Amino acid sequence: MKSETRKVLFEPLVVNNPIIVQILGICSALAITSKLAPAVIMSIALTVVTACSNAAISAIRHYIPNNIRIIVQMTIIASLVIVVDQVLRAYAPEISKQLSVFVGLIITNCIVLGRAEGYAMKNPVWPSFLDGLGQGLGYSLILVALGATRELFGFGSLWGHQILPLVSEGGWYRPNSLMTLAPSAFFLVAMIIWAVRTWKHDQQESADYTIQVVHRTETQ
Amino acid sequence: MEHYVNLALKALFVENLALSFFLGMCTFLAISKKVETSLGLGIAVVVVQTITVPANNLIYNYLLKGGALEWAGLGGVDLSFLGLITYIGTVAAIVQILEMFLDRYVPALYNALGIFLPLITVNCAILGGTLFMVERSYTFGESVVYGFASGAGWALAIVLLAGIREKLKYSDVPAGLQGLGITFIAAGLMAMVFMAFSGIQL
Repeated sequence: MKSETRKVLFEPLVVNNPIIVQILGICSALAITSKLAPAVIMSIALTVVTACSNAAISAIRHYIPNNIRIIVQMTIIASLVIVVDQVLRAYAPEISKQLSVFVGLIITNCIVLGRAEGYAMKNPVWPSFLDGLGQGLGYSLILVALGATRELFGFGSLWGHQILPLVSEGGWYRPNSLMTLAPSAFFLVAMIIWAVRTWKHDQQESADYTIQVVHRTETQ
Repeated sequence: MEHYVNLALKALFVENLALSFFLGMCTFLAISKKVETSLGLGIAVVVVQTITVPANNLIYNYLLKGGALEWAGLGGVDLSFLGLITYIGTVAAIVQILEMFLDRYVPALYNALGIFLPLITVNCAILGGTLFMVERSYTFGESVVYGFASGAGWALAIVLLAGIREKLKYSDVPAGLQGLGITFIAAGLMAMVFMAFSGIQL
């Protein structure tokens, strides 16, 4: 694999992750990760849309008039999301119901439009497709991590299979119901950000104000 | 009347778009450093939401819903699969019109809203409001109330978070959590506080 391809594909996994570094597409990362299955389906849906919209927009990038480009991009993205939505409704009606409005909201997911505007408008079709794939994978990584953690500790199960036997069913694990509630996603994302920034110091933000020890010998 | 008040309070607090459905999170976290700017953005969201949700309600009920084209002699047509693309088109168009209208007639407000107005097109709170309206099949009256109240709820949340962040910058935060990390934790705590509203009925 060429180094350029590898960079486009794997850089978004951690170093330039769309969720924890670029702060894009957070809504769905928080809202639908209380169980693993919807998180995985959502990841696949978003990856497909990002990759295909990047490829399609890149293919017609020389024909899009500059001042109406956002509308053109939106139309392409919306059409792809409609396709994904209809496929989900047909083949995974249960999951589609759990995801409720969030499949439709892929249209306004900043990752998709951000990559279309920032990468696909300037690059050929194949690299754009790979870029969309890479960004989608970065997003998926965080979503799957969140979904797995929340389902494991909140329900003691993974993908519906009981892993930790619950107290209510004669086992030993008392489920942590905070994990089933929405705010836990915020805390988990904060923890992931903390971990990544402890590892990669260059991503740390500098504080506006710092607490300093002031020696005032003259006043004593 | 009681029904509408109940719906409004529910959309404002219990089903707050930002804190219980996590919609519009990107802007929620990115533009909440100062109370003043977040207030401007909040007002813009309220205005756009109050217009777009009822507008999309009309479009859905009279054009897209199954059997809605009865008046044109096309009773058997169900266009609801075109929903997503129509709603986002409507939102984009209304934001554009609003921008031109404000620029021409209310320049003071136009300057105050600045860059936020075009950004609102891709704010998922706006499209989310519309999609919830369709999913819960609100009537036109309900959609007006819901549009206003859900926008106001989002504005309330972002202004509150901005208030917290203005104080937070004087505190001693661990290096890795500085900035984004601590904002997530603050928003999470706010979301837990808002959960206390759930179950309230008038």
